[in-house]
Amino acid sequence: MFYRETGNFRASYAQDARIFPLALDRVAILVLLALAVLVVPSFASNWLLMAILIPWLILSLAAIGQNIITGYTGQLSIGSAGFMAVGAFACFNFMLRIDGMPFLLAVLLAGLTTALVGVAFGLPSLRVRGLYLAVATLAAQFFIVWTLENVGWFTNYDPAGVMTAQPMVILGYHFASPAEKYLLVLAIVALLALAAKNMARSNIGRSWMAVRDMDVAAEVVGFRLMRTKLMAFAISSFYCGVAGALFAFAYLGTVEPSAFSILLSFQTLFMVIIGGLATILGSFLGAGFILLLPIFLAIFFDFVTGGVFDKALLSAFEVLLFGAFIIFFLIVEPHGLARLWQVAKERLRLWPFPH
Amino acid sequence: MSDTGHPRNPARRDAARVLAVGAAALAAPMLSAQARPQQYIGLPSYRVGPFAAAGSAIFGGIIDVMTHVNMTGGINGVELVWQECETEYIPARGIECYHRLLTWGAHRNVIFEPLSTPMAYGLLGRLPADRVVIPQFGFGRSDAADGRVFPWLFAIMTNYWSGASAMINWIGAREGGMERLRGKTIVHLYIDNAYGREPLPVFRALAPRLGFTLVELPVALPAGLEQGAQWTRIRRENPDWVILWGFGPGMNSTALTSAARMGYPREKMLGIWWAGAEDDVVPAGPAATGYFATAITPGGRDFGIVREIERVVYGAGRGNLADRARIGSVYWNRGLAMGSMWMEALRTAQARFGRGQVMDGEQVRWGFENINLTDARLRELGLHGLMPPMRLTCADHEGAGVIKVMQWDGARWNIVTPEWVSSDRAMVRSMVEESAARYARENNITPRVCPA
Repeated sequence: MFYRETGNFRASYAQDARIFPLALDRVAILVLLALAVLVVPSFASNWLLMAILIPWLILSLAAIGQNIITGYTGQLSIGSAGFMAVGAFACFNFMLRIDGMPFLLAVLLAGLTTALVGVAFGLPSLRVRGLYLAVATLAAQFFIVWTLENVGWFTNYDPAGVMTAQPMVILGYHFASPAEKYLLVLAIVALLALAAKNMARSNIGRSWMAVRDMDVAAEVVGFRLMRTKLMAFAISSFYCGVAGALFAFAYLGTVEPSAFSILLSFQTLFMVIIGGLATILGSFLGAGFILLLPIFLAIFFDFVTGGVFDKALLSAFEVLLFGAFIIFFLIVEPHGLARLWQVAKERLRLWPFPH
Repeated sequence: MSDTGHPRNPARRDAARVLAVGAAALAAPMLSAQARPQQYIGLPSYRVGPFAAAGSAIFGGIIDVMTHVNMTGGINGVELVWQECETEYIPARGIECYHRLLTWGAHRNVIFEPLSTPMAYGLLGRLPADRVVIPQFGFGRSDAADGRVFPWLFAIMTNYWSGASAMINWIGAREGGMERLRGKTIVHLYIDNAYGREPLPVFRALAPRLGFTLVELPVALPAGLEQGAQWTRIRRENPDWVILWGFGPGMNSTALTSAARMGYPREKMLGIWWAGAEDDVVPAGPAATGYFATAITPGGRDFGIVREIERVVYGAGRGNLADRARIGSVYWNRGLAMGSMWMEALRTAQARFGRGQVMDGEQVRWGFENINLTDARLRELGLHGLMPPMRLTCADHEGAGVIKVMQWDGARWNIVTPEWVSSDRAMVRSMVEESAARYARENNITPRVCPA
């Protein structure tokens, strides 16, 4: 009853092609954005901003990148953390070696650098598929991290290999406080998410999905396989690169290869699987689930049990519960949380009526 | 509410007691009747993950010291309260814990010890704004010893550069004199991350100066279990000494069993103090016998504070360790030493800024910078033999730069250096100042001017 499609008329092609065809959806998104921009920075604590919202936004961006290559194009890639590392180090080096480099330009160049690297490591996708491609991207992950650790030029010959990220200055304004960092990250992620959504809905997205569904048929129909697959790798790596640069500059504050380990690659893959393959909303939901659920479990257990139980036991139990949640969600809805949301909307069309 | 030491032994608990204690724990925050002023410290512990053995023992030791202080009247009447936050040794979780532990009700955190070099690096920038001290006891950035560039970061007792220099000094003494090192080969077998690479500048500087050949053998992350290639190379090179720089039972015990398999004598191996605990050698079994390891805080029960805490805290059933057999272990003793340093810093701060009052971040930092642990004071605290006499100042955030060496005999660690082995302090200090100056330049920090 509440989620109605009646009364929404389209008078032009532009209106027909909107991302949110229902007025209700449009209003909801605008309200959400208004809350995110106006209310959250003023009222949220530093912990909420620095430890919850900023990493969630950044990892959602990485998950969008992962979704583009794995969800939309069907190419299994376990190298996203390596590409994030490329983005972080590229941004760091651009800002270090070019005097007066603006931060946003450095991020853009870092994304483009990562896109080039992504294309290079995406070349195997033209010959191999599935698990074998996964292994090739795994090689990318390890090779990238190894190179960044052992070729001293990338770390400016720092003996420890851990560099402090430069301050983020745009047009003379220094984004230092958690609220400012949050707004910057929100702006970048919102813009890139919008771009990804539009790409997915347009010809390029359809070419990706054609390759995912049956690449031989796609080639027969006229899609250029090499161009499509490499474009997918390039754009996905761009997103991962920008996410990596933000991860190092706006979240961790340090640029080091060990922050971009294989663990992070698996995490982004799980984010898109749990969130929903081939959806943009799924990237956000999956990132929230994988990143935030362990934290909330920890806080919840701490609150409920006080100091009674052995801390080590409690920590181990949280990890166990987290795994159980993953299994539960995948059984209940194998298509991910985004599909759960879609089903909820379908039900809301009728609710509270039975038919 | 605060972990004021509830019984850990499950065998002794019964349901009613659990409920009662749970209800009290839940109700405690609401009981705002503060009979004593409370000093709050946030503990980013790790009790899960590959380094859980070290984390649980060290943080257990710290909590035991604080429990003991609370049981004996607090610090001039100020009670200690703490909150733990599990980081699992993951830097991102460490940052989240830092922010979560920063405030607790009306309290503000003053000391944050992540016990992890990557986390310390990551939080460096936030410390002046949040006014939190990272003590870094025996780990972390070596150049934090220069307090003029890093006012909120310390490298208490010994940093890695001093440790590396002291290890070479001990090896030289063992060989019969530093001049006997000429022509010898020393292998640095290290885990390939920032921690493992930390001593390289010192080793590389000492090698040409003292005339020994340095062979660097990194071991791949994450756990450092793949050491076959490295040990084949060691067998070929047949070095005079192998310095083991690992962390965690996986890498360390694998190194010892590999050495046994290759026939390399364990008596020619010297481990860093994170490769010299019971958890590192026991899994290797008989392969570990004869292995030397450095200790910034040796193991053993023969120290005043160990006996005191066992008697008072564990006697009352309020000890933090689940397994009492770990009392006197290397890592637990280290936790005792760390906790005692924090208490000493608080006492020093209170002596200056107000006895019996809660100290804020700036005052605690001053307290750390003015710690003066003389021999007499160490004996008073029961730390004699466990820690060296040391004095921290505004410019010197290290204080000692010494180590002890222990040897594993199959059942326990025996201290082979009754006196503390010192490092080449002049050389290390010049390297520290150079590195700190470089950091200050790169990050536009103006070093403080310390009173002479």
